[in-house]
Amino acid sequence: MDPFESIKQTFFQECDELLTDAEQGLLAMEAGDADGETINAVFRAVHSVKGGAGAFGLEDLIRFAHVFETVMDDLRSGKMELTDEVAKTLLRAIDVLADHVAAARDGGAVDEGRSAPILSEMKALIGGEGLDDDDLGGDEDFGFVPMTVAIEGDDAPAFDPPALDESPAAFEPMADLAAEPASGARVWRIGFAPKSEMYAKANESGLVLRELARLGEMDVKLDADALPPLDQLSAETAYLHWTVLLTTEADEATIREVFEFVEDDCVLTIEPADGQASPPPPSSDLSDDALAAASADAPLDIAALLARVAGEAPTSEAAREPASAPEPPADLDVAALIAKAQAPIAPAAPKVEAAPVAKAAPPAGSSQAITPTATIRVDLDRVDRLINAVGELVIQQAMLSQQVMESGLARSSNVALGLEDLELLTREIQDSVMAIRAQPVKSVFQRMPRLAREVADMTGKRVKLVMEGEGTEVDKTVIERLTDPITHMLRNAIDHGLEDPEGRIAAGKPAEGVVRLRALHRGGRIVIELQDDGRGINRPRVRGIAVERGLISEDAVLSDEEIDNLIFQPGFSTAETISDISGRGVGMDVVRRSIQGLGGRITISSEPGKGSKFTMSLPLTLAVLDGMVVTAAEQTLVAPLSAIIESLTPRAEDVHFVGGKDAVIRIRETFVPLIDVGVALGFRETALPPGQGVAVLVESEGGGKAALLVEAIQGQRQVVIKSLEANYQQIDGIAAATILGDGRVALILDVDALVTTQHRRKPAPRAEKRMAG
Amino acid sequence: MSMIDTLSHTAGARRELIAFRIGDQEFCVDIMQVREIRGWTACTPLPRTPSYMKGVINLRGAVLPIVDLGARLGLATTEPTARHVIMVVSVGGRTLGLLVEAVSDIINMSDDMVQPTPDVACDQVKTFVKGLFAIDGRMVSLISLDRVLPETEAEAA
Repeated sequence: MDPFESIKQTFFQECDELLTDAEQGLLAMEAGDADGETINAVFRAVHSVKGGAGAFGLEDLIRFAHVFETVMDDLRSGKMELTDEVAKTLLRAIDVLADHVAAARDGGAVDEGRSAPILSEMKALIGGEGLDDDDLGGDEDFGFVPMTVAIEGDDAPAFDPPALDESPAAFEPMADLAAEPASGARVWRIGFAPKSEMYAKANESGLVLRELARLGEMDVKLDADALPPLDQLSAETAYLHWTVLLTTEADEATIREVFEFVEDDCVLTIEPADGQASPPPPSSDLSDDALAAASADAPLDIAALLARVAGEAPTSEAAREPASAPEPPADLDVAALIAKAQAPIAPAAPKVEAAPVAKAAPPAGSSQAITPTATIRVDLDRVDRLINAVGELVIQQAMLSQQVMESGLARSSNVALGLEDLELLTREIQDSVMAIRAQPVKSVFQRMPRLAREVADMTGKRVKLVMEGEGTEVDKTVIERLTDPITHMLRNAIDHGLEDPEGRIAAGKPAEGVVRLRALHRGGRIVIELQDDGRGINRPRVRGIAVERGLISEDAVLSDEEIDNLIFQPGFSTAETISDISGRGVGMDVVRRSIQGLGGRITISSEPGKGSKFTMSLPLTLAVLDGMVVTAAEQTLVAPLSAIIESLTPRAEDVHFVGGKDAVIRIRETFVPLIDVGVALGFRETALPPGQGVAVLVESEGGGKAALLVEAIQGQRQVVIKSLEANYQQIDGIAAATILGDGRVALILDVDALVTTQHRRKPAPRAEKRMAG
Repeated sequence: MSMIDTLSHTAGARRELIAFRIGDQEFCVDIMQVREIRGWTACTPLPRTPSYMKGVINLRGAVLPIVDLGARLGLATTEPTARHVIMVVSVGGRTLGLLVEAVSDIINMSDDMVQPTPDVACDQVKTFVKGLFAIDGRMVSLISLDRVLPETEAEAA
């Protein structure tokens, strides 16, 4: 991949993380439990997005982020008060900012109808101070612009030092330097002129300056006079010098310590500059985060420069060569940028540390930033390979144990004992490996506040989303498929569950509805609950619709719970009832289908006038399955336990035939189809005679019940799911395969397909057609 | 590495084939496609599959479909015994097992030795047999494995 493209990708990845952090900070601000650090964190997140966007020339994003940043800046400097209204505006703004990032990444455009109002709202908050778009060019983040002019020419481009000199506003004095000098602080003038040897030893001036910044407030001036024209530039030579005015309480020795590793390879002068009459002139149009800019923007400038060179002047060999091998400081800065981009945890850290120090007057001690847990990013394929290998290890180990047992070795023999240890170890490895892929449901949950806000806006309702248990972990494959059902249910809860504010007040409830989203572990499964305090399910209405649609007969006796669960029936809801129905039920069959597709179940409990609660229970991983091992037509098969309701021994008198050879079985008072698995799969011609075998009552994803007739049940087992499609293809009636302890392949039944096939002649609800198609 | 590359380049048309027997006929496939050769083990039959699909076996944790190559080529259906072998081959990113009677030879030959399949053959044979050649007085058919699995039919359906 083009290295810039990959840096850009990393930037967008980082953006996602930054936006998430910012949103959480804003939510805390809205909830009123935000301190200065929260506001600072949001500010820095937005600033980083803007800074990165500047490097890639993403104009729309920059413009929006810039206004956002200014609002945050006013907030943290106390110029603006954090009101509920401000927090709400900012929350909407972060959504739009996310849209801008997405648009920049995917090459779309942001809906101006959404973006513009928020933008003007924010501008109104800050009183529109100096935020004309023209301003952006002079902003400290975009100092790279003049440099590109210098290098763009096709004819032997001169690397024009004056241009460089003028451009980086970042290196100009900070706005609030010396405004409030810390008591006992002295001003030091530090001359720092790295020699080429310093860079040769992989030291970086930017890092040294950043380190210096921790000691106090500083003003950095770049001296680039020594920089020759581009065609005379030697990639190995150091040209840049810096003069730093540092206001600090630290003594000379402490300052010198910063240069400890580079002192021999640079010309260093440290002298008190207290005598200086006037402090450096404050520059009004600067963000006071110039410090972060000083350390972070230099690399971005170089990156932008390189991007321009690569993109716009590819014909000029002269231009390209120096660009790809810039002079040492640039090179190292780019390296720093890449390193920053590739290590997502570390990158924010320097800025996180630097910025508060710059603001807070007491310079010492406050640089202790949060040390994040060390993490690495790993290609998912590698993890999957490991998981597969461990799955095989588990099977192999089980086979070995079985063979040793069969060989008649004593349980106390060394081999048997060793095998036991091996088994423990294997299980531990398996658990650890599964834990690698386990992720907190946070990644799904964190999208929900935004959705809640949007749906509430659209429906004119007021809602507060309370989330719990975001840290609950579940396999990545499950996580990926949780988003849709939760989104769907949340939308339903707000749209159909909650009343509008007037209706709520009339019902004696607070105008703001509460929706609770909760995740927890229970019995080796993950349970996700979505509860609202709305009007609950209107049972007479639901019942009426079900009768109307022929789902139940008019005189059917149903418990409240059964009525509630009617909303999951395919065909219960159709487009014309969406706005009509005073309850829920929009596409709930789809939700149920996707949950069951994950081997899970969903139930609802509802109390009229008080609200409803949906409970989903899902397996923690899709790599293993709890199955019932059965025998049919001499084949060993596995039925997913999640589909099984009960198993029973059918009596001959309970089995009846409808028409030719379609059997039904009476289970208590209902008749359900009796499907001989051996026949259904084509393993044998004729079904077991009535009264033989075992019937397993299952419920298909569509909610239809059927009894699967097998010869015997061998027991329950957790099995590792193996794909049939990997080397073969999908087979109707078979969901996947697994390998049992004896090393043989067993097929896992696709209960839904078996039941649906049997129902094919019935008037098929749409859902079944979708299944077949 | 580079030496091997050069060799295979200069040799160009030369290649190695694995020859095997089904009934009284001899066939061969490119040796590069063959991953391993193993003894016959019992299969788990798959429902609703063509008769030449013997089923699946466990190959170190992977589910490996087994094709009765004789039946696939339109010869007699094989009744596997312990002396039969499974050639594990990789075709188009998939791995599958071919049930054959025995592996007979490794043949070193060049492409110009291959004669096109004569017109006498029926369509089913032509689908799989890319060409014929003679070696030591025997006739060997060169097989293409691209369409051994019934997937093109299934995908069309």
